[in-house]
Amino acid sequence: MIREWLTQLGQAALVLGLAPLLSGVTRKIRARLLRRQGPSIIQPYRDLLKLIRKETVIAENASWLFRAAPYVVFGTTWVAAALVPTFATGLPLSASADLIVIVALLGTARFLLALAGLDVGTSFGGIGSSREMMFASLAEPAMLMAVFTLSLFAGSTELSSISAYMLGPHAGLSISLALALVALVIVSLGENARIPVDNPATHLELTMVHEAMILEYSGRHLAVIEAAASLKLLLYLSLIACVFIPWGTAPSTDGTVAYAIGLGAYAVKLAGLGFLLVVFETAIAKMRVFRVPEFLGVALMLGLLGTIMLFVSRISR
Amino acid sequence: MTALDGDIAHLLAGSLVLVSFLLLYQDRMFALLNFFAVHACVLAFSVGWQALQRAPHLFITALIALVFKGVIIPVALHRIVVRLGIHRTIETVVSIGPTMLFGMALVALSVVVMLPVTQSSGVFVREDLAFALSVVLLGFLMMVTRRNAVSQVIGFMSLENGLVLAATGARGMPLVVEISVGFSVLIAFLVVGIFLFRIRERFDTVDLQALDMARGESA
Repeated sequence: MIREWLTQLGQAALVLGLAPLLSGVTRKIRARLLRRQGPSIIQPYRDLLKLIRKETVIAENASWLFRAAPYVVFGTTWVAAALVPTFATGLPLSASADLIVIVALLGTARFLLALAGLDVGTSFGGIGSSREMMFASLAEPAMLMAVFTLSLFAGSTELSSISAYMLGPHAGLSISLALALVALVIVSLGENARIPVDNPATHLELTMVHEAMILEYSGRHLAVIEAAASLKLLLYLSLIACVFIPWGTAPSTDGTVAYAIGLGAYAVKLAGLGFLLVVFETAIAKMRVFRVPEFLGVALMLGLLGTIMLFVSRISR
Repeated sequence: MTALDGDIAHLLAGSLVLVSFLLLYQDRMFALLNFFAVHACVLAFSVGWQALQRAPHLFITALIALVFKGVIIPVALHRIVVRLGIHRTIETVVSIGPTMLFGMALVALSVVVMLPVTQSSGVFVREDLAFALSVVLLGFLMMVTRRNAVSQVIGFMSLENGLVLAATGARGMPLVVEISVGFSVLIAFLVVGIFLFRIRERFDTVDLQALDMARGESA
């Protein structure tokens, strides 16, 4: 019992420690693909340390909300990331590791960040928040549709059970799963402000969304928000890995060896997915802001189509 | 037939519906043609897989789909588009979002209609018929929402792909019917190709709204 709780805590610590590394690795690969040298893969840790040590400048008319928002955003994102099974399934909190709970936690974080963007009253914050909300109004239903497809398929909204079902003999190939996967990938690109939707590497574009919202933040507040952003990327990649490539994950009842294998498998999966993400990003150009709702609409449509097709594939089972 | 074989047949037939949606989503001429070629290839794989499973004569159907619709027609349309000089964009009558939603409704409709009607048939026939009806309806939708004559031709051809899928699901067609359908599509394509140039000569455009005006239907 105690060992399982320790594993759960270990997982929470693992995602927190690993998230900046993931950002660092993706940046490094991206730079190498563009034939640049790129910063070291531990640069995000240094950035976070630097930001924590720096003075925090707050606008005069900022309210308590502006100061509280970063911590709440970080907290909710961290909890959501710690709930997704990474190297082991069936941990003590897995009963609450429900896909809908995760969507709700991320929704809370988004809501607070958008409010904080509006709080100071600068035009950049406002434009960022309004765009974020415009995208969210399509990305969240799309995510939920993908979740519905998965849960109808596996008969549960709980991630550990879905993962176990995918490993089981009943899963098989299904067009609905493929559609849910594509929908999930599109949503994660949109939610993490990756390239076709937003550019994570720039502060100077008029089309930026995420960076515009957090433009007023500095010092430790910014550090906390940056950490939350990298946690969110890790969360989406772990989610995709946990549902669609569940092999290697250890059930919590197994011993240390299984955990070690699970950890290794998780590292390989993350690295692979991160690499694919970066290759996709370098191959594609950023789209116009007004084209993004169409892009996210496709995700919504795919989720819907997956659910409909599930009824067709039901008859053969 | 094992579960995996069935899954692959299901996956291929479902992909055909998905590619139909991708056709609806494209608003560039060349991308549309490329996706039409993909559509024909997916059809060929789907039919070919069924041929492998139970009816070897379906290989001919698959071959016809692959050669005629996967290669010859897209290449020829590509040339026509270049010669007509319309490779910039397609004007859609309805924007993409509502078109997609309408398409979803059509897919739901065909599932709701087909599954109860075909209750006595085998599993694969039912799946194929439900997907084939969706592809046919999506082809119709494409013809309704596009104004450009070339994209309407593509809508028609994708509709025909749906019919082939339905025919393979229901025990497969006799070979004579198969070949004559293949050729009639090719001839329809030739006629349409000549027709396109005639429309352009007459009206200086392949936008079919010009025809409405010629008939005096709208101002």
